[in-house]
Amino acid sequence: MADPMRIRANVVGDATEVKVLMNHEMETGLRKDAEGKPIPAWFIQNVTATHNGKTVLSAQWGPAVSKNPFVSFKFKGGAKGEKVQITWTDNKGDKRTDEATIA
Amino acid sequence: MYMKRREVLKTGGSITLLALITAAGWAPPREALAADSWNKAAFDTKSMDETTKALGGTTPAPSKDITFFQTPDIAENGAVVPVGVTSAIPKTESIAILVEKNPNMVAAMFDIPAGTEPSISTRVKMGQSSNIYALVKADGKYYVASKEVKVTLGGCGG
Repeated sequence: MADPMRIRANVVGDATEVKVLMNHEMETGLRKDAEGKPIPAWFIQNVTATHNGKTVLSAQWGPAVSKNPFVSFKFKGGAKGEKVQITWTDNKGDKRTDEATIA
Repeated sequence: MYMKRREVLKTGGSITLLALITAAGWAPPREALAADSWNKAAFDTKSMDETTKALGGTTPAPSKDITFFQTPDIAENGAVVPVGVTSAIPKTESIAILVEKNPNMVAAMFDIPAGTEPSISTRVKMGQSSNIYALVKADGKYYVASKEVKVTLGGCGG
């Protein structure tokens, strides 16, 4: 299974800044291996971030997002000690959810 | 291996062939397994017009209210190009990042719910020096801004 994400969430003024680093190959499907066979595409397609059950960001990604994707965003509200959850799903149907405590 | 991949990128024919193989091969069943809402049509587009059409919009209007941050003028490594986009347009609903000269233009699309600041940053791959577009949907209309990024080492497929 996929490795855990690294998530940091910090209160900045009246907003919460979230930074996420995911572990994923993000293979485009356009590359070939040493024998010239195409390497199948393998990339994260959907990303959802939730805070207190409310979606604060959702994204659709193509294979042009870099390997081990990074994303950062800010949402209003959020207090220290509350949780932020991030979920991704890739094109093989693999899924991973991690959460972080807002600091 | 590295050079081979580079050649693949350069010969347009190979890309088409590869795309066909992928389309006919194992890719579709796997994609069928995958989640809910992935706009395949939008991610297959090769021009701005096609992209907005796939998203159900019209030709985007250029806007000075969309700004890039953390985005370099010259990227040393095309595999990891930081891109940050902020939209000052009221009622921004979504932000998409497009790379003009990649095999498919759309890199990422972010939906911005109310309460989330219309400002996101991520990292994308770029095959070669190209314009990066930020396509913003606000109040049902599309707006666009672009920034040229020079790549000294390609990162899309090699």
